[in-house]
Order: sequence, then C-alpha cells, then structure tokens
Amino acid sequence: MSALTAEVIGQRTRAAFPQVQPLATENGRPFLQVAPGDLQQVLRFLCSERDLRFDTLMDLTGYDLLKYPMVPPSDAIVVVYLLWSHVHRHKTTVKVLAPRADCRVPTASSIWPAALYFEREVWDLLGVHFEGHPSQKRIMSPDDWTGHPLRKDYLYPVDYHGVPHLRDGQHFEHVPARPGIPAVAPAPKKSTP
Amino acid sequence: MAEPITPAPQAPRDPTQTPGNQKPGNRQDEQVQLAAVDEFLAWGKENSLFYLLFATACCGIELMQAGGPRYDIDRLGMIPRATPRQADLMIVAGTITHKMAGRVRTLWEQMTEPRWVVSMGSCANSGGPFSKWSYSVLNGIDKYVPVDIYIPGCPPRPEALIDGVMALRERVRIYRTFGHRSTTPHIVAGADAPFGSHAEKDKPPEQAP
Amino acid sequence: MTIEATTPSGERMTLNMGPHHPATHGVLRIVVETDGEVVETCTPDHGYLHRSIEKIGECVEWPLFVPYTDRVDYVCAMNANLAYCIAAEQLLNTSPTTAVTVPQRAECIRVLVAELNRISSHLIAVGAMAMDVGAYTPFLHGIAQREHVNDIFERLCGQRLTYNYVTIGGVAFDLYENAAEQITAFLDAFEPEMVRFNKLITTNTIFRDRCAGVAVVSRDEAIAWGLVGPNLRGSGVDFDLRRDEPYGIYGKLGVRVPVGQAFAGRHGVVGDCYDRYLVRLLEIQESVRLCREVLKILPPPAAKAADPVGGWQADVTKVIKRPPKGEVHCRTEAPRGEMGYFLVSDGTKVPWRVRVRTGSFSAAGIFHKVMRGAFLADVVAIIGSFDVVVPEIDR
Repeated sequence: MSALTAEVIGQRTRAAFPQVQPLATENGRPFLQVAPGDLQQVLRFLCSERDLRFDTLMDLTGYDLLKYPMVPPSDAIVVVYLLWSHVHRHKTTVKVLAPRADCRVPTASSIWPAALYFEREVWDLLGVHFEGHPSQKRIMSPDDWTGHPLRKDYLYPVDYHGVPHLRDGQHFEHVPARPGIPAVAPAPKKSTP
Repeated sequence: MAEPITPAPQAPRDPTQTPGNQKPGNRQDEQVQLAAVDEFLAWGKENSLFYLLFATACCGIELMQAGGPRYDIDRLGMIPRATPRQADLMIVAGTITHKMAGRVRTLWEQMTEPRWVVSMGSCANSGGPFSKWSYSVLNGIDKYVPVDIYIPGCPPRPEALIDGVMALRERVRIYRTFGHRSTTPHIVAGADAPFGSHAEKDKPPEQAP
Repeated sequence: MTIEATTPSGERMTLNMGPHHPATHGVLRIVVETDGEVVETCTPDHGYLHRSIEKIGECVEWPLFVPYTDRVDYVCAMNANLAYCIAAEQLLNTSPTTAVTVPQRAECIRVLVAELNRISSHLIAVGAMAMDVGAYTPFLHGIAQREHVNDIFERLCGQRLTYNYVTIGGVAFDLYENAAEQITAFLDAFEPEMVRFNKLITTNTIFRDRCAGVAVVSRDEAIAWGLVGPNLRGSGVDFDLRRDEPYGIYGKLGVRVPVGQAFAGRHGVVGDCYDRYLVRLLEIQESVRLCREVLKILPPPAAKAADPVGGWQADVTKVIKRPPKGEVHCRTEAPRGEMGYFLVSDGTKVPWRVRVRTGSFSAAGIFHKVMRGAFLADVVAIIGSFDVVVPEIDR
C-alpha cells in the first residue's frame, strides 16, 4: 500500500520486460517507452502486479511528432498512457510510438474498460488504429468525416455536404501555427452543387 | 383583460392600397374586420411566443437563466416547448457543429408556420470564438436556416436575449396571417445581406444525414 | 438491479433520444433498443458539440487559450480555467529560469472562486437531475441561487458564465472592494435556502425511491471504467484531488470528502443514483465551509500586482513566450471530476498539444453498460445522476 517512485516503477518493469526503456522528457518528466508489440503484456503487468496495481487510466491520448523539434526528427504518432493506482497512490506514464505508415497499436480495453472511449477518440483525431477494439469508430467527428484532425498535416475542410466552411468574404488569412505545416486549406473554390 | 385594439394613427395605408383593393368590397375601409383580426392574431402571437427548448452550449445556460426566476421570460408569454411542432420560435443558443447542423435544419422544417429563428450568441451568428481555427464548427446557423434576429454576445446576458426577443416581436407584429405573405420580411431576405444570403450558392443542402 | 427485456416475440424498438431532447444536458444522442419498458442496449452518439478545442490549443498562444477552457465546461468555468493555468504554471516551474510564483492572495482568490463555482455547478447538476426526474421547482431554486453567484462573478470580472478570470500566474483582477462582505452575505443567505431545497426534494420519498438502487456502479467498476469526481465517490471510493494531491492552498484548508454510503436507506445500494446525487449536495455544504475559511485567511491586498503576498498576478509575459520544452500532466478537481491537462510544449509561444481529460467523458463511456436492464424512464435520471455536460465529452 505504498507509493513507489518513478525510478522504482521503471526498474520493476524493466526487470520483467528488458526491452522497456525508462526515459525522461526534456523537462525531466519520466516515462516508459514500449514497442507496440509488447504493449499489451507490459500494460497487463502494470495493472496486475501486486506492488504496482495501476488500476485506472488517468488518460489515454496521443500527439503527432511531425516537425516537432527533436533529434533525430520523427513523424511518428505518440500514444500516451497515463496510469494511476488507487491502491498505492502512485502514477506512471507509458508511451508507444506508432509509425505513421503503419499506425497500429494493440488495444488496452481488455485491461481497462475506460480505454474504450479514449481509444475511439485517438482513432478519430489522430488515426491510430487499436487492434482488438470492439467498436473502433469515430466518436467526435461525423461518421463520414475524412482525415484525422489532430495530425499536424491535416487540412481544414473546404465544405461539408455542400455548405462552405467559411462565410462570404472570410478567408483564413492567419499564418499557419507552425512554419512549413499547412494548417488551413487553400483559398476555397466555389462549392459545386 | 382584453383591451380594445386601436390601430396606430401612423399605420401606413399605402401598402394595402393595391389596385385589387380598389374593387368594391375590397377597399380598406370596407374590410376593417379582416385587418383587425390580423392585428389581433399578431398581438396574440407576439405575446405567446413558444420557443423550442434548443440549447447546445453555453448560451443554453443563459437561456435557462433567462427562463429562471430573475429574468423570467415566462412573463412575456414565452414558454419552452420540447417539440418543434408546438413552437413558434427557435432560439438557436450555442455552437452549431457541422454534425449538428442538419438536425437543426430538420427541427426548423418541423416547426409549423409562422416560425421565427433567433440566433443567440456569437457561435450561432457566425461561429464565434471557434470560427477561425475550428474545423468542425459551422460558421453561423444562417447557412442552414433563415434567421430573423441575431443577438451578439458570448454569451449574451438574459437581458440581451430579452432585447432581441423584443425586436423580434416587432416582426411578429407585422406578420400577416391573411394578408400578402410576400411582404413578410423573414421570408424575403435581401440579396445584399452580408452573411447567409438565400442566393443559389448558399442554399442549404437537401437533407444532411 | 437489472431486468431482462422480455416480449413474447422478442421484438425490439429502436428509440432515438436526441440530439435535441428536453433533458438539459445538451446535445447528446442516445440510441436505445428497448422492448418498450426495459432498455436492452444503449449506444450514445457523441460529437454534436465537438468544437475542436484541442486543435485550437495548437493554434493560439498559451495565455490566449484560457477563454477556450471556459467553453470546455461552462457550468464551472472558473475550475476549468484553473485547471489549465495550474498545468501551464507547472510546465513553467520545471525550469528554474521560467519558474513563476503565484502570489498568496491570488491563490486564495483562486480557491474562493473555484469553490463558489463548485456551488453553482452542483446546483445546476442536482437541479437538472431533479427536473429530469420530474420535479421542476428545485431547478428554479437552484437557478435563483446561482444568480447570486453570477452577481458576485459579474462584479469581479464582468462575465456571468464564461469568466476568463484565472490566468497563468494569478487572476486577472483583484477582488473588488466589499467582495468579502457580499460573499459572506450570500453564504449566510444560502445555507437556509439549501435546507429548504433539501426539504423540497432530497428527503422526498418519491425522488428517493426513484433514484435508489438505480444504475449501481460498484467500486471496482468505477475504478476500471475511469470514473472520477462525485461519480467515483458516489461508488464508495474515497479519493478527492483537493485532499489527496492538493494544489494551491487546498492543503492548508483540509477538505472533507463525502463518500457514497447507500444514503437512500432500505432500498439504497452504494453507487446508485441517489448516492451520486447526495455526494454533490454534501460537496455544496463543504464548499460553503471552504469559502468561509478562505475569507478568513485571505491576505490583505498589495499595491503591486506581482507582490508575492498581496498581489494578484505574477508577471509571466516574458516567460510564457519561451516556456521549457517538454511535457507536463496536471490534474485538478473540477465539479465533474478530475480535469487533467496534458500539455506538450516545443519551447515556442504556441503549445504543441493541449489535451483536456474531463470527467464527463468517462461517465459517458459507462452509459452503455449501466443502462442495460434499466427502465426507460430511468434513462434520464441516470444521465442526470452522472452529471454529464456535453462540451466536456465532445470538447
């Protein structure tokens, strides 16, 4: 019933799975990096191991690394699992890098049912397919939406079902959020009936 | 309770003096009862605007507060109705996304005429704070339904909503149940309206799923 | 208590509730398959209010995202502002060159407005739940009390609903002149009103029996399904971030946490609708006490905004343009549960990723499980007891 520090959690996990890498972000936040193939076993271990007992997900989210300033640059999509243990009151972070070309990661919904909704959202907004998810469909965007909006190379829609996205005389004149990444579509053409 | 309705002394006579009205039996002063019924009905309509309880986002909370004890739009005769069939007025309160827009159109089509639409808040007017960077927000509900009154604010105070409703009542007052419908302002929108014209290119879609 | 949906020929009707329906929880669509009385399957359909707030977080500068946090949960906008600002400050504090110290007075004001907003948020929650069950009057009482809180906030920052008041480094304005008196007067008048409210609805036999034993979420289920906040505490899990991972001055205040204990008596089960409802009512009481405590320890105002004791806003204008590169995860206790912000920064003045994790999202995730076998009439009561606001689900 005692909280373990991040180092101890990293050591215990690495002892069971040597391929897991305990790393830290640039501002010193520790996390465990796992390959997609080992993910389910590692998460199950974290959930069931007596001293760790990560019984709930604080969050399951992701972000895109395209053009993120890092060495070497990567265009993978990071899926982040933020785990919390009610029993021991400690937390940990697990990250998986899903390559852009083959964006698949095994599901965590068999371990924590909370992942069902979180993974649907990551699929919808970032395009990471969770293998084994019982109902992998879009949750936020309409079912016939194209593209994965939170990706950095997402182009805004020109219109939806014939109704233009912009108002008459309006155009996206602001600079893109990041240089080199198109944040907006080119000037909208007349929407064809 | 019902006081006699006297037409305003400056009520314009010209719009009703069309050539057809000059025939015997059609003249204005021979039709006093029809005009009074119209005004009587308009008085009834404007003082009992049942609004569709349609609240999407933050403006919906201000709409609920407007119906609450302090601002109390019930004293203006406005009662929320859950079904569009019993509503005269749809107050579009809150952000409308592309996914929701088709449903708003369906609700509007289910309302029986005469019907009015008040666009409450910046999001319903033009997309509001989400108009610039959001991919999923519809930049103004007037792309889907014709809007009579726009109420700015984010969210507008209940008093602003009441002010907008008062402006709407002016329109309700001149709605002709028996008269020439083509003069009713909310059906004919000027082609030079700045946003959301009824031109061909901006016609709402047939039926969004 | 789950009931089997039985009709002699097994016929089912598909009922579509929403996205526009009279329950005041917003544009939530639930497709229900039922035999007419008992729900067999329930499939929520989200996204009708997806305003892409997380994408906007990647387009605007750090301080300019605060108004959008208001819209994530507009019923408790102060708590939503606070969650983001605390996360941004934690990010800044990971490097000594960009560290920011929020003035003591600002910390107290933050807790004060957060607890006042918790009161008004829970009033809407319990009032809306009562209205869904059929009692319209308690909602009006709740709205009337909420107006007094709106008055206080309007004098404070000019807005009634979406405040944009808590900023990175402090709060936007200092308290106005007789704020303490006005807040104390409100709290004094509010307590007898809550007694009346409870006499009206909480102890009402019909309301209690309608909510007792309905949609029971056991302790283990609540944890595994990721429920948070009053939904989690209503299922018997004693966990509150204000007490267990304190932020601001909550550590000094000592928050007492109500936990569900089958309050409905004979028919009650731990984790039913009545437990969640009563946990919120008890939290209102606790928030009133916390507000009074904060007013006692509020430091006197100083002339300078950045004064570490009496100021109201630390100067972050330079450091927020170049925050440390990296990420931070920080969670605070909003009225609907923990609001967790996962911020990723690439060192520039615009965030790389802003992730909001809200309590209503997990609550919506458990709907399809909890409504199976419930009566159709209970569906709205269940939605009301989980206190979901749709912008938290859809963001």
